[in-house]
Amino acid sequence: MKRHTRLTSVAIGGVALALTLAACAPGTGQADKPDSQSGEISTDISGVGDVTLTVWDQEVRGGQNEQIEQLNAAFEKKYPNVTIDRVSQAFDDLNTTLRLALTDKDAPDVVQANNGRNTMGAFVAADQLRPLDDYADAYGWFDRYPESILQYSTYSDDASVFGEGDLYGLPQVGEVVGIFYSKSKLEGLGLEVPSDWAAFGEALSAAKAAGEIPVQLGNIEQWPALHVFGPMQADYVAPDDIINLGLGNPGASWETAENEKAAEALQAWANDGYFNDGANGTDYDAAWQALAAGNGVFLIGGSWLAADLADAMGDDLGFFLPQTADGSLATTGGTGLPFTITSAAENTDVAAAYIDFITSDDAMEIIAETGNLPVNRTAELAPDSGVLADVYTVFGDVSTDGSLLPYLDYATPTFGETLGQSLQNLIDGRLAPKDFVKALEADYAEFLESNG
Amino acid sequence: MANTETISRGASRRSGRDASRRSGRGSARRPGRSTRSWVPYAYLAPALVLYGLFLLVPLVRATQFSLFEWDGLGASTFVGFENYVAVFQDERLRSAFVHALVLVFFYAILPLCIGLVLAAILTRARVRGMGFFRTIIFLPQVIAMVVVAVTWRQIYAPDGPLNGLLRLVGLDNLTTAWLGDYTWTLPAVGLIGTWVSTGLVTVLLMAGMSRIPKELYEAARLDGAGPVREFFALTLPSIRGEITVALTLTIVAALKTFDLVYVTTGGGPGTSTTVPSYEVYRRAFELGEVGAAAAVGVTLTIIVFAINAVVNRIGDKS
Repeated sequence: MKRHTRLTSVAIGGVALALTLAACAPGTGQADKPDSQSGEISTDISGVGDVTLTVWDQEVRGGQNEQIEQLNAAFEKKYPNVTIDRVSQAFDDLNTTLRLALTDKDAPDVVQANNGRNTMGAFVAADQLRPLDDYADAYGWFDRYPESILQYSTYSDDASVFGEGDLYGLPQVGEVVGIFYSKSKLEGLGLEVPSDWAAFGEALSAAKAAGEIPVQLGNIEQWPALHVFGPMQADYVAPDDIINLGLGNPGASWETAENEKAAEALQAWANDGYFNDGANGTDYDAAWQALAAGNGVFLIGGSWLAADLADAMGDDLGFFLPQTADGSLATTGGTGLPFTITSAAENTDVAAAYIDFITSDDAMEIIAETGNLPVNRTAELAPDSGVLADVYTVFGDVSTDGSLLPYLDYATPTFGETLGQSLQNLIDGRLAPKDFVKALEADYAEFLESNG
Repeated sequence: MANTETISRGASRRSGRDASRRSGRGSARRPGRSTRSWVPYAYLAPALVLYGLFLLVPLVRATQFSLFEWDGLGASTFVGFENYVAVFQDERLRSAFVHALVLVFFYAILPLCIGLVLAAILTRARVRGMGFFRTIIFLPQVIAMVVVAVTWRQIYAPDGPLNGLLRLVGLDNLTTAWLGDYTWTLPAVGLIGTWVSTGLVTVLLMAGMSRIPKELYEAARLDGAGPVREFFALTLPSIRGEITVALTLTIVAALKTFDLVYVTTGGGPGTSTTVPSYEVYRRAFELGEVGAAAAVGVTLTIIVFAINAVVNRIGDKS
């Protein structure tokens, strides 16, 4: 028995060793990618023959799914020779599977990749995405989109710089973080819609005194507080600094008096009981559902909540953005996930034509009709009334006249987590504002150093 | 190797398969054995191939990955044992392993204590509808962990049933956001594990207790032993094998907890409930540090093996 055991282990050990030796180092088994920028490009794809275009998207929610289905059908109708093979999955699932999918031999042609450094940035650095500048010139994308939007899909060749360099993707929809409120509750408190952050602070205090929950926050997931801190930070810190911090580019610092003041303000709200009890242990969905059910006056969140909230609250729901101290508009926002072309795409002309089609001026109309916030032509497509009218107005104003600031978690591969955890600690009172900015600076500085 | 063998030995004793194994070994010693020694391996081959393909190969690959710095996309760099050094230096990871050990208490020790009491009561009391109670106790084990986690997340919510119950009985000042409180979140998550494990442990122990000959109890009673003395002097030593099996299963479950933490807290608040398996996922899929993730995974595997080797060594000393 004993001898057998030893024999077996020797055998298994031998097999294991052989496997180890036979298997090459990870990441070296892939074929070299062809130089994607070489060769002629064309905007006419009617003569390419029968082609199947594989598209991975995350447009799974009601209105999102509707718009992409309509646009896909219209594209196939326009080009009968093209078949779209659509693979759609939820945001988190797409993010976790994309890394594996891109390195596969049968990689999809068009994928929606999140803008940040740990997704699009990593793919650009690994040469998995195709730069689109040549197509952008051919189709006139640089005129179609404002610079402030395109910077969030732009990286340098080695992805060390975010916001400058080559264009890698185009988004369909806009996003803006602002403040949802219940009109009847605000009226009941005898208050106007606060015009700036100072007035908003007073409104919160009045709401608290009246026994209401001033702000609903569900922060068990850690990221929701980023959307509260982002707009608050914009009240204290200059937009250029926030953009540098948010894109993980050098030239800014977290350890400034302004950032500390923003953190102090957020912590003061928590200490004064402006948030619901146990915000750190409340679900994100439970928080907006609580507002919809008539608990609470305000909710700081993204425009994507508008449709669901409006379903429950109807005309009682409003959306606004307070001005910063110097009278300008600045808040966290940006775009939906950009559509990109992979380096493995076999027919880039077809892929580019598809991206052009779903982001065209006509497409914006379909996007608006299905209840989404189109990234372009926002002002002219705005509905007449309802919360979506407010959302369109805020997005239009911020993206054209104000500053649309990046999501702060774009900054470094780990920043979403560092900031999310630090914000939970800040809200709980375990982290002083000074230590809060110190923790963020450590992550930012470490990344800058490693990024050269 | 030694470890899996002791586990299977413990399990086989439970099902009384020891005898058949002994006779099998005897019959193998017939003449001509040496020329046909490959025959047993041929029988084993199908299972061995599957086991090898889906367990050994990934294990070896993961071990290999753990020696590289690799983002899952581009080329990799050989870094030797640097990833392992980082595992021990990273404070966040150290606390993740500590959290896993805390979970061992909630997944294994606590259910064992509860299970012993429950099993002793259920086997002694000749209640009607025994099957019903056994089913109820075992039920949590059957439900998918994600469903369990989603349900408990609702129960622990600030406006959830648990706080509702506390308010109902006037304990308002005990209410808290159970999954957002730095002190209570880890125990709260652990208690879900207790709820799940207790059923399995109880049913295992009951099977062991029902196997103890009635005569022994009669003898003990004649010698003047009360129920408590009877339990410690007779029941407990007799079910040593079952206790070992129960501990092995629940400790493994505790150390590799992922789904529960992923669904209920995502490692929060702050980093107060992060566990090694969650760190593996986070590194591999969110941060793109495949090598570091593999190193954590391999370390966790070694720890699981080591702890269970100790448990089985102690359990087998009879």
